[in-house]
Amino acid sequence: MPPASTNGHHGDPTLLAAHEARGLLARREMSSVELTKAVLERITRLEPKLHSFLTITADLALKQAEEADRRLAGHGPAPTPLTGIPVQLKDNISTEGVPTTAGSKILAGYVPPFDATVVERLKTAGAVMVGKGNLDEFAMGSSNENSAYGPVHNPWDVTRVPGGSSGGPAAAVASGECFLSLGSDTGGSIRQPAALCGISGMKPTYGLVSRYGLIAFGSSLDQIGPLGRDVQDCADMLDVISGKDPRDGTSLDSPAGGFSAALKPGGVKGMRIGVPREYLVDGIEPGVRSAFQRALTELERQGASIGETSLPLSDHALTVYYIIAPSEASANLARFDGFKYGYSPKQARTAWETMDMARGNGFGPEVKRRILLGAYALSSGYYDAYYKKAQQVRTLIRAEFTEAFKRFDCLVTPTSPTVAFKLGARTDDPLAMYLSDVCTIPVNIAGLPGISVPCGLSDGMPVGLQFIGPQMGDATVLKAAYAYEQSTAWHKMRPAI
Amino acid sequence: MPGSTPQAGLFSSEQVRAVARLTRLHLTDEEVERMRGQLSAILKHFESLSKVDTSNIEPTGHTTEAHSVMREDRATPSLPRDLVLANAPDKEGEFVRVRPVLE
Repeated sequence: MPPASTNGHHGDPTLLAAHEARGLLARREMSSVELTKAVLERITRLEPKLHSFLTITADLALKQAEEADRRLAGHGPAPTPLTGIPVQLKDNISTEGVPTTAGSKILAGYVPPFDATVVERLKTAGAVMVGKGNLDEFAMGSSNENSAYGPVHNPWDVTRVPGGSSGGPAAAVASGECFLSLGSDTGGSIRQPAALCGISGMKPTYGLVSRYGLIAFGSSLDQIGPLGRDVQDCADMLDVISGKDPRDGTSLDSPAGGFSAALKPGGVKGMRIGVPREYLVDGIEPGVRSAFQRALTELERQGASIGETSLPLSDHALTVYYIIAPSEASANLARFDGFKYGYSPKQARTAWETMDMARGNGFGPEVKRRILLGAYALSSGYYDAYYKKAQQVRTLIRAEFTEAFKRFDCLVTPTSPTVAFKLGARTDDPLAMYLSDVCTIPVNIAGLPGISVPCGLSDGMPVGLQFIGPQMGDATVLKAAYAYEQSTAWHKMRPAI
Repeated sequence: MPGSTPQAGLFSSEQVRAVARLTRLHLTDEEVERMRGQLSAILKHFESLSKVDTSNIEPTGHTTEAHSVMREDRATPSLPRDLVLANAPDKEGEFVRVRPVLE
């Protein structure tokens, strides 16, 4: 059981799960305006310590909260599970009329003229937007230290990173600065920070959620997903944002929603759960390993049958990722030229100088590193050795997962090999930083759904448990994660900040 | 730091400059040297992929059965010009203004 000191949220509505706060709103014990004001006050108090927001939209939030209160009082469309609930959005998700920077200087001052599809859906559902979440520049990073606007601090220990790239969303949800946030996950950017901040975070099957309006990083890997205090909240959010969108050509023809309805306690009884042995080798901290072992025991106690499996090519997933993601990024980021929006150098004398200087001064070191790496991997003479080779290994990694899912309903692994590390500890060594995502990257390579839920503490810091499902097995991983969570109390932990 | 090993010759300074030119990235001399070291270390790590036998294996571009999507060719409203131009750093009338392209 979690220590009592981390469980002191009784009486503070900002620390409830969203579905609990919804009860307060439905019973009219509290209005959405009151709840939103409480959250905004908490943001004002905590931001000097955390920096999880790049923009705070207090006026917009209060206006949306008033609208939500009318809806909750029976006027207008019927309320949804998110009506009146304060949420945040990662700042690489386009919001009409609200600055969207992707954590980069090159987008300083940019105000999107349109909403991402997920934002439209949240607005229709009546959610209240309190602001935009800090992130690693263009979602490239595992610690949030690559944000051009300064790092986010972990609410469990402000000398440590919150993980990344959705570090702002994870820290904000963990600390009560919002109930839910939307992140994007290209190699672990939702699940890893969720694990490091002690909350739940899900990357859905590739194509389940529209990417329209998400500032692209690695288009064959990117997926938007929820970060919340528990699995129920993530499922409620996924119900709202999932479903076919004609504006995203890779969006799947799947029925929207129904995820929340599939949750029930004891849902892992009879489930076959596989443990890939390659995920438990060197580099896993002892405290993470023992928390993971205890989680396996708990799943078994609930009637799941646990078996070992092997995914030997997982060792190569990191390399495949660091060829494919930068290659796609080098093409996606070609659009930032200093002409149409964002930062533009005033002193440039020619169009070429505008581009060179806008990109040279506007992008940070990690983004430049990946553009160079990607363009190199795609260049003639190297294409076959790097990009094509990586795509072929990707085929083999997918096949390995497909094989494993013939024997298992889902797989479980630790979400990250370590708990949150100290700020600055890995900034000089890109390869060491990349290893933070070794357990989450294969899931993106194969386009699978994955969710991280809290499963313990090590060194006083949260540990995450990852459930991985087959393509379109989103309901399965949610069900398994929910059943696990409901038999433990880790999701009720709150940092003492 | 793995990137600083001097024998890591996979990436030369000239190669870094060449790719930077192609990708329109202005780099300082100091950045070129730092990138050279770090990119060499990363490329060295990539060599491990050659151990995987991929003969006769099709490459995967997308993981889902996504195929080219066609829609009816019908005109729909575009974004309002004013809103789009509001973001342009420099403009003239209803155009984005840029510095000379021909020197």
